[in-house]
Amino acid sequence: MMKALTRGWLPGYAILYIAFLYLPVMLLPIFSVNSSPIPVFPLKGFSMKWYESLWGNDIMLNAARNTLVVGTASALVATILGICAARAITRYRFTGKRPMSGVIMAPLVLPEIIIAISLLLVLLQFGLGLSLMTVIVGHVLICLPYSITVLVSGFEGFDPSFEEASADLGETTFGTIRRVTLPMMMPAIVSSLLVSFTISLDEFMVAFFLSGREPTLPIYIWGQLRFAAKLPAVLALGTIMLVGSLVLLTVAEMYRRRAARKTLTEAGGLFA
Amino acid sequence: MTAAVDHVMPAPRQRTVRRNWLRSEQGRGFTLLSLPFLYALTFLVLPMLVVFAHSFWTQTYLTIDRSFTLENYRIALTEPIYRDLLLRSLFISLTVSVATVLFAYPIAYYISFYGGRRKGLWLFLITVPFWTGYLLRVMAWKVILGYNGVLNTTLMGLGLTDKPVESLLYSTNAVILTLIHAWAVFAVLPVFVSLEKIDRSLIEAATDLGDGPLRRFMRVTLPLSLPGVTGALLIVMIPTVGDYVTPKLVGGTEGVMIANAIQAQFGRASNWPLGAALTVSTMVIVTAMAGAAVVVMRGFVRALR
Repeated sequence: MMKALTRGWLPGYAILYIAFLYLPVMLLPIFSVNSSPIPVFPLKGFSMKWYESLWGNDIMLNAARNTLVVGTASALVATILGICAARAITRYRFTGKRPMSGVIMAPLVLPEIIIAISLLLVLLQFGLGLSLMTVIVGHVLICLPYSITVLVSGFEGFDPSFEEASADLGETTFGTIRRVTLPMMMPAIVSSLLVSFTISLDEFMVAFFLSGREPTLPIYIWGQLRFAAKLPAVLALGTIMLVGSLVLLTVAEMYRRRAARKTLTEAGGLFA
Repeated sequence: MTAAVDHVMPAPRQRTVRRNWLRSEQGRGFTLLSLPFLYALTFLVLPMLVVFAHSFWTQTYLTIDRSFTLENYRIALTEPIYRDLLLRSLFISLTVSVATVLFAYPIAYYISFYGGRRKGLWLFLITVPFWTGYLLRVMAWKVILGYNGVLNTTLMGLGLTDKPVESLLYSTNAVILTLIHAWAVFAVLPVFVSLEKIDRSLIEAATDLGDGPLRRFMRVTLPLSLPGVTGALLIVMIPTVGDYVTPKLVGGTEGVMIANAIQAQFGRASNWPLGAALTVSTMVIVTAMAGAAVVVMRGFVRALR
């Protein structure tokens, strides 16, 4: 009876909830192809002019280039550090594991403004200038917990006897890593790179405080939001970033599941 | 002779000890984890200590006076503007975390108990909007709630109001609504994980012993899932207290939060020590609030049993 009862309202609630999550986001693509400059219903007509206006925009293209540089560097560094952490967490037992991982995972629960101003204060204190470098330093900090979560889910259940077998068959330590360990962990690593890149691509707070004169895309968007006339072009740019993030994450999730299958663990979500 | 040997021996032995340690489980794990740990120490923990130190100093123009003072804290906690901003930020983060968890619980319950083989797909569906960039989502709400925004024009189009409802944008409510949307996934996942861990035979046992659906839920499912609920509360409450983007874009003057004041101290106002004291005060108070939430939830579990 309970089943019938809950079955009654829970699926309806689930659909409403998903709608609440998706509808606001769906407005960006809808209005980005609307020919009217004011984002209201009813829609005027289909037009790609806002996308076309992005092309000749050198400031925007420069911000896009900065975002690409920051995202790539952050993803690489965060994933390398994440591999060390995930390997230590899944493979070895040692004292100090919990407090040390606690500190590394802390950015997940800290307000981003704390991370941003702490770094800013230290940089100003030591007279170091703000640049894309400083944004990368901050983004690595923020990406690291996510990278570790993805990598741990891929590394868990990795059977160490494969490595032992390789060593017994005469491979060197380096050879074992290159020919046994890395290929098995590759899907998780690719997934971590993509997830970290996406976080960096969308990250605003740290970039806002630490980017100095070199804006990333979210900082560029922030600057444009002051002008109502620029809104449609910003919606078009936002839609491109949205689609980019979705593609990257779907690919990342596919890789992560493949990693989980390879190491014979249960598949779960990115967090679960 | 023996004395000489004794004298020479310790060095290689020490080296072997170190080599053995590096090869041991303890040594390997520790060495591997210390690389990311040192990164977090250098760029997170040390900078936070620098902020903490600054909160006891004073600044005149560009020079920092390093003599100890509690003046910044007096200003941060008693000056009406900062005190009100702090209280409002705490109120908003408490409201948002409670509301987010209340809305998230049924969906987590549905996925865990009725998701069947599509659990993974459901979780993916819930997480996707979260990945679409925080700024973009807040921007979407600005488009919806604006004076001439989607909601107002739709309401007018349907003839429900004849002029725009002004309170929709630039208000505390707009901030709360936007934050509930932005943090939804952080509430669903911890609750889902704790529901997944519940041994289903316990629920069957409750049924067999004659508990009705509501009683069974209140006495078995809910108490066992409360660790996830507490986790969800904290993971929403702590970050939202320091939110900057949402109040700035949809809050107007009524919805300003403490992060906006902190940012001003590091920008225009340029009073780093006061900014640092505001930051430390916010963190300490929100941590206390989080601790209180944990105690309340524990009491709740005991009362349910």
